[in-house]
Amino acid sequence: MIKTDILIIGAGPVGLFTVFEAGLLKLRCHLIDALPIPGGQLAEIYPKKPIYDIPGYPSVLAGELITNLEEQIAPFQPTYTLGERAETIKKLDDGSFVVTTNKGTEHHAPVVAIAGGLGSFEPRKPPIKEIVDYEDKGVEYIIREPNFYKDKKIIIAGGGDSALDWSIFLTSIAKEVTLVHRRTEFRGALDSVEKVKELVKKGKINLLTESEVVEIHGQDKVESVTIKHTQEGNKTLEVDHFIPLFGLSPKLGPIANWGLEIEKNAIVVDNATDYSTNIPGIFAIGDVNTYPGKLKLILCGFHEATIMVQSAYKIINPDAKKLVMKYTTVSGITGFDGVKKEQQKAVTTKI
Amino acid sequence: MKENTIKVTITDREGKTHKLDAPTDMNMNVMELVRAYELAPEGTIGICGGMAMCASCQCYVETPELELPEMSMEEEDMLDQAFYVKENSRLGCQIYLKDELDGLKVELAPESEISE
Repeated sequence: MIKTDILIIGAGPVGLFTVFEAGLLKLRCHLIDALPIPGGQLAEIYPKKPIYDIPGYPSVLAGELITNLEEQIAPFQPTYTLGERAETIKKLDDGSFVVTTNKGTEHHAPVVAIAGGLGSFEPRKPPIKEIVDYEDKGVEYIIREPNFYKDKKIIIAGGGDSALDWSIFLTSIAKEVTLVHRRTEFRGALDSVEKVKELVKKGKINLLTESEVVEIHGQDKVESVTIKHTQEGNKTLEVDHFIPLFGLSPKLGPIANWGLEIEKNAIVVDNATDYSTNIPGIFAIGDVNTYPGKLKLILCGFHEATIMVQSAYKIINPDAKKLVMKYTTVSGITGFDGVKKEQQKAVTTKI
Repeated sequence: MKENTIKVTITDREGKTHKLDAPTDMNMNVMELVRAYELAPEGTIGICGGMAMCASCQCYVETPELELPEMSMEEEDMLDQAFYVKENSRLGCQIYLKDELDGLKVELAPESEISE
């Protein structure tokens, strides 16, 4: 089991900066992120976009900000669990927590700081009322094991690369592949579009454009779906699996089930004190939290992290003397390797 | 038209129409205008912060005579994956309020996320 002082969920800019502020108080941090690299959306989605509201930087590329944060926190030797999503949390008798990821990695810490930003990116679900009832009963949003579809009748919906590529791939496994798309154009790689056209000609893919799946039917699992065509109206097709592939959208994810007070897809915190949640020992900072007057800005997240670690210190060191905040300009910083960074002292000589 | 202000009409998700004064000197977009006037509950619009990444601000433009900014690749990609999309769909976060959009009329698309 991985043990640390502060377990940070989310390795975006706010999560990373928490390591720095915690490090100044000699607290160690471990970060969990569903993405395979640190940096959150800034690194994964828009690394080349300039950001203009980071104090001291008239403009900084999102990716560059992450690189700088990583350099800034390096002396405090953070550790990571990347490519795994924080799934469950358990409070132990001593008030500490065990957080387990979707891959079963366990983490133990007296303080948990949720810095999950907009949340994890979850598959976008089509607006079909009954779809939730059929999840894992014939409705899948992600193809994990292609052989699962061996000799099955499947319907893939969507018009992007994912829908095209899986339609092509599954023709060699499934009994019948139908690709349903709202438009007649596809926004995928040209090569994939050409391959789909070819397979449609050969009768390997049944292509339905200007169409949408609008209803799902079946007793205990998907048995058929109703497809609405813009001009021709509705028709019902017998299928074993319906696979909607419409990309990802930001969602709070499993954190929503941790017993935290949630309001409008964000975690309610006490902004009058320290961004604590309704569960003592769990804090929420950055875009993932909400309070009166909340602003979803990176710099506000940095502020929240700074305040939050002061309370975290008191939880981790309940018997310690009152914590005195020090200015790094005066006292420098000392990394966990003992290396001290500080301003060079002026040389004085006797007259 | 007052200086630095245009008239924008927005039909909310309940079907109620709102005639709004919209500033043109704040680099504001339609999504932000909807949020500023609280025409849709917080958390249901502009979820991605206005980066054309979530389609929660999708709207139908009802004034074809007005010249809107061209769609970026990101906006086209997003609308291609969104639901309830029509010919006149745009992302509100990509329509910046400028003098030439005086009289703009839009209707907010339904909220498309399925609640679990």
